[in-house]
Amino acid sequence: MEKKKIKILIAKPGLDGHDRGAKVVARGLRDAGFEVIYTGLHQTPEMIVNTAIQEDVDIIGLSILSGAHMTIFPEVLRLLKEKGATDIHLFGGGIIPDEDKEKLYQMGVGKLFDPGTKISEIVEYINNLFKEKVSE
Amino acid sequence: MSNKDWEELEEAYKKWEEMVKDLPECTLPSFSTISNIPVKKVYTPLDIKNFDYLRDLGFPGEYPFTRGIRHTMYRGRLWTMRQFSGFGTAEDTNKRFKFLLSHGETGLSVAFDYPTLLGRDSDDPMARGEVGVCGVAISSLRDMEILFDGIPLDTVSTSMTINGPAAVIWAFYLLTGEKQGVPFYKLRGTIQNDILKEYIAQKSYIFPPEPSLRIIVDIMEFASKEVPKWNTISISGYHIREAGSTAVQELAFTLMDGFTYVEEGIKRGLDVDTFAPRLSFFFNAHLDFFEEIAKFRAARRIWAREMKNRYGAKKKESLLLRFHTQTAGCSLTAQQPENNIIRTAYEALAAVLGGTQSLHTNSMDEAWALPTEKAVLIALRTQQILAYEIGVTNVIDPLGGSYYVEYLTNKLEEEAYRYFEKIEKMGGMVAAIKAGFPQREIAEAAYRYQKEIEEKKRIIVGVNEFVLENEKIEIPLLKIDPEVERRQIERLHKLRRERDNIVCERKLKELKMAARSNENIMYPILECARVYCTLGEIINALKEVFGEYKEEAFF
Amino acid sequence: MTIKEYLKKFEEGDERALSKIITIIENGYEESKEILEYIGKRTGKAYRIGITGPQGSGKSTLIAKLAKRLLSKFKEIGIIACDPSSPFSFGALLGDRIRMNELFLEKGIFIRSMATRGSLNGLAYKTKEVADILDAFGKEIIIIETIGVGQVEVEISNLVDTTIVVFVPESGDGIQVLKAGLTEIGDIFVVNKSDRIGADILFYELKNLIEMSYQNSKWKPPVILTQAVNNYGIEELEKEIINHYNYLIENNLLEEKRKKAVIRELVNNFENEILKILWQSERVKKLFEKVVEEVWEKKITIEEGVKKLIKEVKYVK
Repeated sequence: MEKKKIKILIAKPGLDGHDRGAKVVARGLRDAGFEVIYTGLHQTPEMIVNTAIQEDVDIIGLSILSGAHMTIFPEVLRLLKEKGATDIHLFGGGIIPDEDKEKLYQMGVGKLFDPGTKISEIVEYINNLFKEKVSE
Repeated sequence: MSNKDWEELEEAYKKWEEMVKDLPECTLPSFSTISNIPVKKVYTPLDIKNFDYLRDLGFPGEYPFTRGIRHTMYRGRLWTMRQFSGFGTAEDTNKRFKFLLSHGETGLSVAFDYPTLLGRDSDDPMARGEVGVCGVAISSLRDMEILFDGIPLDTVSTSMTINGPAAVIWAFYLLTGEKQGVPFYKLRGTIQNDILKEYIAQKSYIFPPEPSLRIIVDIMEFASKEVPKWNTISISGYHIREAGSTAVQELAFTLMDGFTYVEEGIKRGLDVDTFAPRLSFFFNAHLDFFEEIAKFRAARRIWAREMKNRYGAKKKESLLLRFHTQTAGCSLTAQQPENNIIRTAYEALAAVLGGTQSLHTNSMDEAWALPTEKAVLIALRTQQILAYEIGVTNVIDPLGGSYYVEYLTNKLEEEAYRYFEKIEKMGGMVAAIKAGFPQREIAEAAYRYQKEIEEKKRIIVGVNEFVLENEKIEIPLLKIDPEVERRQIERLHKLRRERDNIVCERKLKELKMAARSNENIMYPILECARVYCTLGEIINALKEVFGEYKEEAFF
Repeated sequence: MTIKEYLKKFEEGDERALSKIITIIENGYEESKEILEYIGKRTGKAYRIGITGPQGSGKSTLIAKLAKRLLSKFKEIGIIACDPSSPFSFGALLGDRIRMNELFLEKGIFIRSMATRGSLNGLAYKTKEVADILDAFGKEIIIIETIGVGQVEVEISNLVDTTIVVFVPESGDGIQVLKAGLTEIGDIFVVNKSDRIGADILFYELKNLIEMSYQNSKWKPPVILTQAVNNYGIEELEKEIINHYNYLIENNLLEEKRKKAVIRELVNNFENEILKILWQSERVKKLFEKVVEEVWEKKITIEEGVKKLIKEVKYVK
């Protein structure tokens, strides 16, 4: 039996076009053995959730540098719930102050990484999340 | 030096090299610039053997301008201290402008929010959560009037970081001046208006490259007739660098973008000397001190040479590479943010030693949010200390003649020409962009840099070394009130209710007709702006004619 | 959820169930057998289109525009986009969707990206099965995109009813095209990015080449110029797909083609199974090791060794 491949959606919501981080992370995760879907810029929460469902990803990572995190994360969570896809994890990275992070964690958002995070930390985080799944 | 002298020197150098070759080196696993140019222990005349003072450097204010574009440089006039700012509504930013002016700032620089940068009104569905967050929201002439309320536009020069919708935002500004009683020809400032780097790096494009270039040439033409003191394009390497490029790539792609604009202008039939003097540049000042200085010097020399030889510019002003510098936002760390003050100071020093005409120093908290007043003040003070306390402004190009700096200047120039050649083979910059060439080169460099940090081949203090466990961030952060979005949308709706909508529709129709013809598009845009058509309405009308650009992602 | 529940939801048209079922098949979970049995009885309604061609030829953009067009005639469209897995990390960066952004919110369009996971024929391992699932789900049109790394990706033509081969002016001259072995599999040829220099030369070269290779064939593959980004030529492409479909129907070739594919699959699987059984036999394994030594010591030739092994095969149960 083949091992389950972890599938990750890396998305860039909103209007901000700074995709350096998203692309570096997408590539780094590929090099760590994950299957990564990258959807490009200017994604709405609806597009992100639709993609996540069709691709049956295990986890969504959003890169937000524009300060719109308090709008976008809750909206993606809401849509995941609405579509019965709460088993899909949501994490993110970008410029997110501690105070907002706390609020988002309480809503059920997974880890939010700061600028300057090593890709290996993200890899470790994802691997820990899916420990059981991988050893299936 | 005679042949004999060279031989002697060479021998002496070899001897020394032999002597030190086995001595241990400790600080880094490998020695290279941030652009990965390997560096030796020491540089000597041997590394610049063909050096010719008059040909390669000349004097300040004289061809090829390697040492600076002015005869007296900072002894005659300091650089303009220009802090980029903008957030919330026009009222909020207006207040910040007045604060900066009262503390000795000499030029304004407007940051717009994402919806504005993409030509969308604040009530556009895609704008949700982004109104006034990363800059100020400007949806119409009304907002612009408020932004500069109480700031006489004939007394300041204003730089506006705007690209895709530059023509429209500029029209708002010109009309704001007009309403204050300042005629177009007295207005001074810069619009960034560099669309090529948007496709390459920053991704705030709207239309496909061809119509975008047409609008840019329209702007150049309009300015040369009506707004002669305005800098029509700020050809920007800054964002290319922020997207992860090396210094060489920043230099090469930016100059190549510049050449493309010049060629477009010439193709239109404009005399190069009428528009070239109004082209300016915008570079990044990153952490690798000497490489950055060399980059600025090489840029000046290449530009002057190509403008003169390739494009046949005759006026001295056309040969001058004038540039604004911003310290590297991507070098700021979220960890131990106070350290960013020091990073920024060194980067600013490199910009000054490189001969910048104006400078923005980043605030320490910008890896986290828009800067607070306190952080901005420290950033401005950093420049003032540089200018007045440490003596670097006394002598022009004080590093000129340094073996290492001259070697690096030559090296960067050489590498840039290698890129020019490749891009020309592809059919020019637009073709190269469409094929994803610069995008791929940058993505590759960004990934390599990240890996170097992860593998500790580069040390970033507080990030991969000298880390504080359980660090608590203790700088106060500026928060944007979510009310901003609501207030801004309200104002926009009020505007739409109160203006003459029939006239607006007619003007928009005329604009579309002009867009389909080859008439200069600035005039109908001004007409639309004057009757308070909104940014989004004007851009959407143009989208109908020009279409929208969709990018592929290049890794 | 149990597999029964998933299948029930699948039958009700639930996208999430569809997606989960694809995952089970893609990963070869033990429930696969039950699913494939269920699916197998429900396929055959969808029309399948394959798109192949070198990397950077604009396949994904072409698919996006084509699918958008087809939406006016068909409500349900499935797209499978294959991308290569890294041979080093076994990870994959699946980026075809980027160029299909405009389809993300279209009801009735389902896009699935698949990594090749070591498969070498330009398709992911379970592409055929996933196409079957989409078929059973009720998709009327299924479009399959190969990875397009430049090697021969002929496998696609065995999976689909109409094969479209895409070239761009940069693909090189006609000889190169011939070498790629792609001219034999195409039912329709497309020269995309036809605004670029060299497009017309490629167009005529292709036309000549095809005329020569299809002299005795009833179907003469058309060559179409497109600029997918600008939506140019897509209408003609759609028309030619319909022409090809009519041609297959009128000549009773659709069933024949699909039957051939079934035979092929049967043969392939049969052969694979036989090999598996053979290698599981202790007697074969032992004899093999012995033969290796004998050949190595030059006591017998390779041919003699093979004969010895064949004799042993009949004892395998």
